[in-house]
Amino acid sequence: MTATTDLVPYEEALASYDPVMGLEVHVELGTRTKMFCGCSTELGAPPNSQTCPTCLGLPGALPVMNATGVESAIRIGLALHCEIAEWCRFARKNYFYPDMPKNFQTSQYDEPIAFNGYLDVQLEDGTTFRVEIERAHMEEDTGKSTHVGGATGRIHGASHSLLDYNRAGIPLIEIVTKPIVGAGERAPEVARAYVAELRELIRALGVSEARMEMGQMRCDVNLSLMPKGGDKFGTRSETKNVNSLRSVERAARFEIQRHAAVLRSGATVVQETRHFHEDDGSTTSGRVKEEAEDYRYFPEPDLVPVAPSRAWVDELRGSLPELPLQRRNRLREQWGVSAHDMQSILNAGAIEPIVATIEAGADSAAARKWWMGELARHANEAGVEPGALPISPEQVARVAVLVKEGSLNDKLARQVIEGVLAGEGGPDEVVEKRGLKVVSDEGALAAAVEEAIAGNAAIADKIRGGKVAAAGALVGAVMKATRGQADAARVKELILQKLGVGES
Amino acid sequence: MTDIIRLTAADTAAKIATGELTAVQVAEAHLARIEAVDEKVHAFLHVDREGALEQARAVDAKRERGEPLGPLAGVPIALKDLFTTEGIPTTVGSKILEGWIPPYDATVTRRLKEAGLVVLGKTNMDEFAMGSSTENSAYGPTGNPWDLTRVPGGSGGGSSAAIASYQAPLAMGTDTGGSIRQPAAVTGTVGVKPTYGGVSRYGMVAFSSSLDQGGPCARTVLDAALLHEAIGGHDPLDSTSIDAPVPPVVEAARSGSVEGMRVGVVKQFRGEGYQAGVVQRFDESVELLRELGAEVVEVDCPSFDLALSAYYLIAPSECSSNLARFDAMRYGLRVGDDGTRSAEEVTALTRAAGFGDEVKRRVMLGTYALSSGYYDAYYGSAQKVRTLIARDFERVFEQADVLVSPTTPTTAFAIGERADDPMAMYLADLCTIPANLAGNAAMSLPCGLAPEDGLPVGLQIIAPAMRDERLYKVGAAVEAAFVERWGHPLLEEAPSL
Repeated sequence: MTATTDLVPYEEALASYDPVMGLEVHVELGTRTKMFCGCSTELGAPPNSQTCPTCLGLPGALPVMNATGVESAIRIGLALHCEIAEWCRFARKNYFYPDMPKNFQTSQYDEPIAFNGYLDVQLEDGTTFRVEIERAHMEEDTGKSTHVGGATGRIHGASHSLLDYNRAGIPLIEIVTKPIVGAGERAPEVARAYVAELRELIRALGVSEARMEMGQMRCDVNLSLMPKGGDKFGTRSETKNVNSLRSVERAARFEIQRHAAVLRSGATVVQETRHFHEDDGSTTSGRVKEEAEDYRYFPEPDLVPVAPSRAWVDELRGSLPELPLQRRNRLREQWGVSAHDMQSILNAGAIEPIVATIEAGADSAAARKWWMGELARHANEAGVEPGALPISPEQVARVAVLVKEGSLNDKLARQVIEGVLAGEGGPDEVVEKRGLKVVSDEGALAAAVEEAIAGNAAIADKIRGGKVAAAGALVGAVMKATRGQADAARVKELILQKLGVGES
Repeated sequence: MTDIIRLTAADTAAKIATGELTAVQVAEAHLARIEAVDEKVHAFLHVDREGALEQARAVDAKRERGEPLGPLAGVPIALKDLFTTEGIPTTVGSKILEGWIPPYDATVTRRLKEAGLVVLGKTNMDEFAMGSSTENSAYGPTGNPWDLTRVPGGSGGGSSAAIASYQAPLAMGTDTGGSIRQPAAVTGTVGVKPTYGGVSRYGMVAFSSSLDQGGPCARTVLDAALLHEAIGGHDPLDSTSIDAPVPPVVEAARSGSVEGMRVGVVKQFRGEGYQAGVVQRFDESVELLRELGAEVVEVDCPSFDLALSAYYLIAPSECSSNLARFDAMRYGLRVGDDGTRSAEEVTALTRAAGFGDEVKRRVMLGTYALSSGYYDAYYGSAQKVRTLIARDFERVFEQADVLVSPTTPTTAFAIGERADDPMAMYLADLCTIPANLAGNAAMSLPCGLAPEDGLPVGLQIIAPAMRDERLYKVGAAVEAAFVERWGHPLLEEAPSL
C-alpha cells in the first residue's frame, strides 16, 4: 500500500513542518462486571454467553452504574493530575451500528468525570516531556462484529456478519490529550512514550491489565502538520485502533511523511479516519468525514448524575500508588541502569516481571538478563507481553538461582526456560525430565578431559607450549562429549591443570 | 358472575381471603367477561387464559395451606402492553415488536405476580404510547365502553376501557404526558401518575425516559391506592427510582378528607378549547371541595402555557434515541433480509414497515431537535422551560397543598375525529403534561357527566413530588361525596355492553 502513497523523507518533512498530535486512548477497565449491568467481563467466554436484557438493549431494560467503574475513572483522573468533576452526567451518543445494542453509546460528552491534567513522559535520552490531558471520560464498549465471507474480515464483500455482545457494556475510559505541539521530530517517540507511560500508570493503579494485544487498550492517533514556526493547526487525519506501542510510533511517523507529501504537492489534507497496517506500517483512507458526524448527544435520562463527594475524591487521591515514572527512577537507581536501558525495559513491558523476579530471589542483573533477552524474544515471537508468557517470575527466579549455584549454565538454562514455556512443568521438573544438570562429577569430567587431550594431541602440545587460547577447542570437545552439560569454566580449568599450564 | 366482575379489587381480595370466592372463580368470571365483550371493546391485545388460571390456582392453594395472602392476592389485572412479561408477547402496540416474547419480567410485572395478582393479559395502546386515543395502535382502535364509536383516550386506552367495561378490576398504565389520567377521565375511571421515580421503569418499554411513569388504573380511589402500594418502591434495577418508602397511599385512601386543606385552582387551565360541560363539572367539583371544608385559592402558573411545546421537544427527542434499538438485528420484525441487502438497508426497510406514522413523526421531530446546531434552540430551551414549570409548581405548592384542574379539556371524541390532526390530538394532554415535566404526582377521578354529551368528565388532582398520599386523601373524599350525591358510582350509568 505504501507504493501508492507519496511520502516525503522524514527529515525533510520535519524541516518544513511542525507536527501536531492528539492521542485518544481507550482503556477497558478490569471491573468484574460490566458498566451498566451485572454481566461478567471475563474474556474468552462463548459468544453472547455474558449478556442480559440491559447489555443486549432489550426493550424496557435499564442501566445501573457500576460504582467500581466510576471509582476507577476518578483514580485514573487523579493520577493524571486532572480536576475531578463535582457533578457530571452520562450522555447518549447516537449512531447506528449493528454491534451497538441500543444504537446509542452511553458515554460522556461535555461533562467528563476528569479534565485538565497532564502526564510526564520520559524519552529515550532521559529527558521529560509533558503531555497535557484534555479529559478522561467514562463510556461503554460495543459488541464485536465478525464479517464472514469477505476479504480479510472486512465488511466489504462479506456474505454475513456474526455479532458477539459479550464485550458490549464493558466499561471504557477514554483519555484525550490536548494538542501535543513542540515535539518536532520526536513526535512519534513522544506518542509512543505517552502510550507506554499511560499503560504503566493504568497497571500501577490496578484498574486494567491494559494489554494492547488483547484490545484492552487502544489508541487513535490524530495528526496534522503546520508550517514550521506557524501557530495555525492544519487539517488532521485520525488513524484508528493503533494497537501496539511500536505501531503508534510508526503510524505517527507515516502520517507526518504522508501529510508533508500532500502539502508539498499543493493539495489539501483530507479530514478522514485512516486504517493502520501492521505489515508495512502504512495507513490507508477509511471514512471521509466530509460532513461531521452528528451524534445528537444529550444527557442520558436513564442514569442519575455522578456527584463524587470531595471527601471521597480526597480519600482516593490519598490512596494512589507511587506513580510509574517516580517508581522507575527509584528502580533505575537500585538496579544501576541507564535511562536508555530503563526505557527499553519499559518498552518491552518487562518492569513488573523483573521486579517480581527479584522479589522471588533473583539478583537484579540476572532478572533483567532473562526478561530482556531470552524471554523478550519469546514474547516477541508470540506477539504477547513478556508478563503474559506461561512462565512465572518465581520460575525465572528459580532458573537464575540454579545458574548462580552452578547447577545450570546459560545454555542449559535457556533449555530449561524453553521447557517451562512448553508446559513441561517448573524449572526443577524440566531439569529432571530433560536431564539438564551441569556435569559436576569431577571423575567423569576428568575422564572426558583426558579423552579430549588424547584425541587432540597437536592442540594439547600447543597449549603446553603456552598457547592457552587454544584450550577453547579442547573445551568444545569436552562440552560435546558431555552434551553441553558441563560447566565450561571448570572444564577449562581442568584442561590447563592437566597440561600443567597456569592461567595468569 | 356479573356480581363478581363488578366488585372492587379491595372487596374481591377480601372475599378470596375469607374463602367466599376462590381466585379461580374470579379469574374465570373475568375471562368469561372478556370473551363476551372484548370483541366489541378491543381492550386486549393478548389474553393469557392459561397463565391467569394457573396464577389463580396458586393463590387458592396458598390459601388452603393457610399461608398469608397479600392485600390484592387473587385479584385479576390487565397490563398495558409495554410492560415486559416473560413468555407472553409484548408489542407496545407496534408491528415492529410483533411476535416478540420477552425473556424477562418488568419489575412491575414481577411485583404483581409476587403479590398474587392474576395477570389476565396485555391491553391495547397507542403505538409506543404515542397518542391520546389508542387509534395509533398497529392492531386497531379500542372503543370507549360509554360509546363504542368514541375513543377511550390514550395512550393507555386499552387499560382504562378494560376496567370501565368490567373485564378487569385493575390495570397498569404508563403516563408520559397523560396516558393514564386522560383515558381515566374519558372512561369514568380512576388513574394515577405517581411521582416520577415512585414506580420502577425497569421493563417498561421506553417512550420518553425522563417522563415515563407507570401507575395504577382502577374503578375506585382505594383500589388505585392498593395497586400503587403493590407496585411502588425502590428498585435497584432502575437508577431513577426513588430510594424511599412508598408514600402512605392506602392509609390516605381509607381516610379521605379535605378538611382544612388548601386547594389551588390553576388559572391557566380554562378558557378557549375547554368544553362547556367539562368546565361546568369542574366548577362543581371545586364547589364541592369548598363544601367539604377545603380552602380554595386561585394559583398562577404562567410557564404552563409553554408546557405543551416543551413536551413535544423533549418527548420526541428522547424517543428518537430510545427507539433506535429497533433495528431488526436482535428481535422483532425483520423486513427485506433476502441475502442481498446490507444491514443498513434491512434496518431502514424494517423501520419503514414496522413503525406507524405518529412514531415516525416523533422520531423525525426528535432527531431534528437534537441535531447539532439546533440542540440549544430546541432541546436546550425545552429543558429550561421544564425548570420554569418546576419552579411554578414549587411556588404554588407554598400556597396550596394540592392543585386541581379538569384532566382533559373535552370528553371522549369520536374515533377518527382527530386522527388526521396531530395538533388537535396533542391538545388533549394540555392539563396533564405539566405534572410529567416536573415529576409531580397526579390523579384523575370521575366528577360527573358532561350535560351536552352524557360522557364522563375527569377531575385532576396534582400533588408535590413524593406526596402522592395527598392525591388519595383528597380523591377519596371527593369520590365519597360524589357517590353519595349520585347515589351510585358513575360507571353504573354506562350503557351495558
